[in-house]
Amino acid sequence: MSVDTAKMTKVFERPASLTDARFTYCPGCSHGIVTRIIAQTLDELGIAERTIGIAPVGCSVFAYNWYHCDAVQAAHGRACAVATGVKRARPDRIVFSYQGDGDFASIGAAESIHAANRGESITVIFINNQIYGMTGGEMAPTTLVGQRSSTTPDGRDPALCGYPIRFSEMIAQLDAPVYVTRQSVHDTRHIMGTTKAIKKAFQNQVDGKGYSLVEILSTCPTNWGMTPVNANKHVAEVVTGVFPLGDLIDRG
Amino acid sequence: MGERLLLRGNEVIAEAAIRAGCECYFAYPITPQAELLEHMAREMPRLERTFVQAESEVAAINMVYGAAAAGVRTMTSSSSPGISLKQEGISYIAGANLPAVIVNVVRGGPGLGNIAPSQCDYFQATKGGGHGDYRLIVLGPSTVPEAGELTMLAFRLADQYRIPVMILADGLLGQMMEPVELPDPIDADSLPDKPWALTGAAGRTPNIVHSFDMDPEGLRQLNRDLQAKYGRITDAETRYETVDTDDADLVIAAYGTIARIAKTVVRMARAEGIKVGLFRPITLWPFPTDALRTISGTAKTILTVEMSAGQMWEDVRLAVAERAETPFYGETGGVVPTPRSILSEVKKHVR
Amino acid sequence: MPRGTVVIDTDRCKGCGLCIVACPQKVLAFSGNLNKSGYNVSHMENPEACVGCGFCALTCPDVAITVYREKPTT
Repeated sequence: MSVDTAKMTKVFERPASLTDARFTYCPGCSHGIVTRIIAQTLDELGIAERTIGIAPVGCSVFAYNWYHCDAVQAAHGRACAVATGVKRARPDRIVFSYQGDGDFASIGAAESIHAANRGESITVIFINNQIYGMTGGEMAPTTLVGQRSSTTPDGRDPALCGYPIRFSEMIAQLDAPVYVTRQSVHDTRHIMGTTKAIKKAFQNQVDGKGYSLVEILSTCPTNWGMTPVNANKHVAEVVTGVFPLGDLIDRG
Repeated sequence: MGERLLLRGNEVIAEAAIRAGCECYFAYPITPQAELLEHMAREMPRLERTFVQAESEVAAINMVYGAAAAGVRTMTSSSSPGISLKQEGISYIAGANLPAVIVNVVRGGPGLGNIAPSQCDYFQATKGGGHGDYRLIVLGPSTVPEAGELTMLAFRLADQYRIPVMILADGLLGQMMEPVELPDPIDADSLPDKPWALTGAAGRTPNIVHSFDMDPEGLRQLNRDLQAKYGRITDAETRYETVDTDDADLVIAAYGTIARIAKTVVRMARAEGIKVGLFRPITLWPFPTDALRTISGTAKTILTVEMSAGQMWEDVRLAVAERAETPFYGETGGVVPTPRSILSEVKKHVR
Repeated sequence: MPRGTVVIDTDRCKGCGLCIVACPQKVLAFSGNLNKSGYNVSHMENPEACVGCGFCALTCPDVAITVYREKPTT
């Protein structure tokens, strides 16, 4: 049976703001889904030509290769400070940072908190997969109690390493941020929710409203030792119990 | 040129930065450069420019990195321990070929040290401090008016060569007050174009600012390009001053505040019939090796005087080699040598 | 004719299997063919069931899927 796509409507294709480069992420990694959503958002809002992205250190260190927009590589953890510098220098550009849980919540904790507290008019995308991917599966601040990692081989013990940090809740305590939300991409419904959240987070900046943070529960099939499908199940059944989904602040 | 005002070194550096077109200033408070921060906090918002008191010196240097990537003139200032915190960011700025100005008002060290003046960060400034094969242009002002002039120069050189430039001052220079005629503000239209800057990729291919290449041959090329740039800077931008060196038996090698004190020592020594001169590097990097080598052909002794345990002394010895004696006199801890104490050192080394 | 169809860029596909699970119509399955990166790429096993909902494309982490839907008749 043959199907003639020329006689059909194309309802989904790669967003124009994505380059042709192949993603360097592992099979099934959530990074790719979020990257596509961001590119789609730049297309829908028509802002790619005035967007400047801040790339972190971590699995998404090559983030600047995926989008047709200006970008700068930040030192590990410093993306929110670099974003501050870029946005203060070019206030009419759309500035976003894209960071993992080590970059945003460990080494970058101070910069992440203070950019939010100053109400920098930036959009921050925080990929929380509860582990360090690029460097080989070490514990993240967000690693779950009992979760094995290369530096918690017997499972995270709170007596030694504390508890997973709910960073968005900490940011939500501050007066300045206008939108703080935790989303997920583990199934189609949640991918759609994340899509709406990311669009709102960028729209807020277009409207000059202030600081937006979108935390996205993500998978790391490689370092979790799970198939991508099982990794998504783990998010649905376990991770959302530790990191509740939903809007923490929406002052837009 | 305007009126003569009695101003503190820290304030002059701040005001000169403003007149040089600094658009964004990011810093964290630390003694002894607080007045620089305070001047910027008052003046930058008045001019509708950016002032941010960052949460740390680490954050501040990364804000500078961002603003520099976005193509504006930008500066941070700090003192020794804060400059230590900035080293990673400085390496990134250098590796990404970005212009920026960093002011170090040096205090006693190591560790917490104290807030008295020192010159103990020369190694940190000129020999790296941060990781990787990079250089900063390092300028060493000796007087409050020169601090203003060298700040204007720093912004110009930073943009011209796409390199971070450090003003290596000290706590004494930062705090002392002198009459100064402030430099005229630059003409904003005279600023160089920055086609590489991040301004939004409308009508062009995207610009990416980074210092990253997983391919060793690619990173080697990045490094070769940096080294070639540093060669051009060494050829064109080396600066120094000499006082009475032509017939000197002993030449004092000193920079910054100590050079100013040494000028008095030269006068005192000459009044006693001792032929003393002064060699004052103004660029600590690139170090004026060739000029010092020439002088060491005629002088018998090059006496290095620093507020340190002997840092610039190593560059003096490299330049002079066996051509002359190279003794050292230093004070650490924030102790400032007096003209008399330097003169008595001089006398130990002349026949 | 099925109401929809997808085109999978087999060079981009990493055989992660997420599209297979995302499809509500059980259209997709591992093909057993390896692409030049060695991945067992996804393919339309039951193309006649495709309604062009796009769920597979939304979940594909490599954005390897293009989705078509039949034009509405009047």
